[in-house]
Amino acid sequence: MFKDDKRIRMFCGHYGSGKTEFAVNYVTKLKEEVGPDRKVVISDMDIVNPYFRSREKKAELEDKGIVVYGSSYNNDADIPAVPAEMMGPFIDKKCEYVIDLGGNDVGTIVLGRYKEHYDPEEIDVFMVINTYRPDTYDADLCIEQMHELEAGIGLKVTGFVNNTNLVRETTAADLIRGEEIISEVSKRTGVPIRYTTYVKEVVKDMTPEIEAKLSGTVVPMTYYMRASWM
Amino acid sequence: MAKVIMKGNEAIAKAAIVGGCRYFMGYPITPQNEVPEYLSRELPKVGGTFIQAESEVAAINMVYGAGASGARVMTSSSSPGIALKQEGIGYLIHGEVPAVIVSMMRGGPALGTIQPAQSDYLQAKYGGSNGDKHLPVLLPGNIQEAVDAVKYAFEMADHYRHPVIVCCDGLIGQMMEPVEFDHPVEVKSKPDPADWALGCSRPGERNFIYGISDDAPDCERRNIRNFEGKYAEMAATEARYEEFMMDDAEYAMVGYGTTSRILRTAVMELRKEGIKIGLIRPKTAWPFPEAPFQNKNIKKFIVGEMSMGQMVDDVILACGDKTKVTFYGRCGGVIPTPEEYIDYAKKVIGGAE
Repeated sequence: MFKDDKRIRMFCGHYGSGKTEFAVNYVTKLKEEVGPDRKVVISDMDIVNPYFRSREKKAELEDKGIVVYGSSYNNDADIPAVPAEMMGPFIDKKCEYVIDLGGNDVGTIVLGRYKEHYDPEEIDVFMVINTYRPDTYDADLCIEQMHELEAGIGLKVTGFVNNTNLVRETTAADLIRGEEIISEVSKRTGVPIRYTTYVKEVVKDMTPEIEAKLSGTVVPMTYYMRASWM
Repeated sequence: MAKVIMKGNEAIAKAAIVGGCRYFMGYPITPQNEVPEYLSRELPKVGGTFIQAESEVAAINMVYGAGASGARVMTSSSSPGIALKQEGIGYLIHGEVPAVIVSMMRGGPALGTIQPAQSDYLQAKYGGSNGDKHLPVLLPGNIQEAVDAVKYAFEMADHYRHPVIVCCDGLIGQMMEPVEFDHPVEVKSKPDPADWALGCSRPGERNFIYGISDDAPDCERRNIRNFEGKYAEMAATEARYEEFMMDDAEYAMVGYGTTSRILRTAVMELRKEGIKIGLIRPKTAWPFPEAPFQNKNIKKFIVGEMSMGQMVDDVILACGDKTKVTFYGRCGGVIPTPEEYIDYAKKVIGGAE
């Protein structure tokens, strides 16, 4: 399933959309799909957020055979720096590349540095949306965000990820609410909903009937970024 | 609007606007940058003013000016930035100027780290520069509480004509949680700005904000008036706490903010093993809630903080028996795990600590 997406996948969305949680779940399953012989890299290009970054899961992901590149010196320092190694997977066609971009249009600026090194045909740009975030609360706002992100990235969004949630209070009805809003966005923009995601241990009232109403591939996730007490 | 999911810093910023704040002056620092970022975008939309000052020192003195003219004004910063604001906070207190200060703690001393910490409890509680004074400090434990605390801090600041600190660890600022903004908070009476605020005086009268007392007896009179008046009222009415599983408890975990959430998980795990343990969560640092520590059934108060031990002294004072108080903490921006507290509590209960 994930291996059928384009070789380079960029995850973008307003901070708080849940893109890091999805990116970490995604890269984990992608590695399982392609097996040990195919190189899988995740780059954390978030130079905006100080906490909850995918590079915090470096050791856990490396244990699974995934290569992790972080964007700050020593990971924890407040020094936004992009290491040279992040360039490699853009060019290396033997490699599956997952990029966790920073929130909103400011966070995507770092990508400009690679523009001359990638082929847009090789790239999926997934916009992760939580319709309970004030900036993506309805279809108009989602479209506004999408245009801002596209301007920042310099690429078109190729798919939406419905990650509508209220963290541990999420119910199946919340995903349906997200479905209604994002499918309207989809209708108006022509961009498909590629995935719908939810955390299995949280959304206890999910049923096959509700799943059938959700667009794209439905992906049950586990929390990597949120500690049990959060 | 029903529930939305927001980052703590954004929610704090929005709560300020909902709470009537129209002026913000500050200077950027991680991990509270979303507060000024949000307000720089949103305050102009409601007729307010956002100023990125040239420094923290400038910002707190602009707050002094705005507050002195009776406006609802806020500033926010993190540990070394709050350190820079101390002198100005003292001027706010002496001048009896209302203002809200958000302290989003990170590892220290000095620049320390950008990771979350609770090592500025004493800075918040005993800071505010020199002189005889107290500083009311609110300690929210989640984002909804942070929103309610900011709204209530403005009520307190106006009622007492005094600065109020909302003190959070960086994680409260950075994490996402569902939150709503129409939670009611207690509305307090306010002195008429015509009686005191600059530019608000009645025709033919003039109001003054005092940066210096006329003479020693005048300065003493002001201090006694504060201690017998506003501080006595705060001490009697503003201490807040929450108890969790304390009804039959023989042991109590004690913690605030993010640490209290870790301790709560530890308490639930220890309860599964039949250990009679609960959680006491102070929601104010000054005035400190003393009542829950006078519980004579408690054999040990196990204090947890993301610091080398700061609130622990208040627990010792409140329970009056330092042999009953133990401490375990992580510092410098390291977040402890529930497992660490489970292990530590078992050692304490087993008599090893």
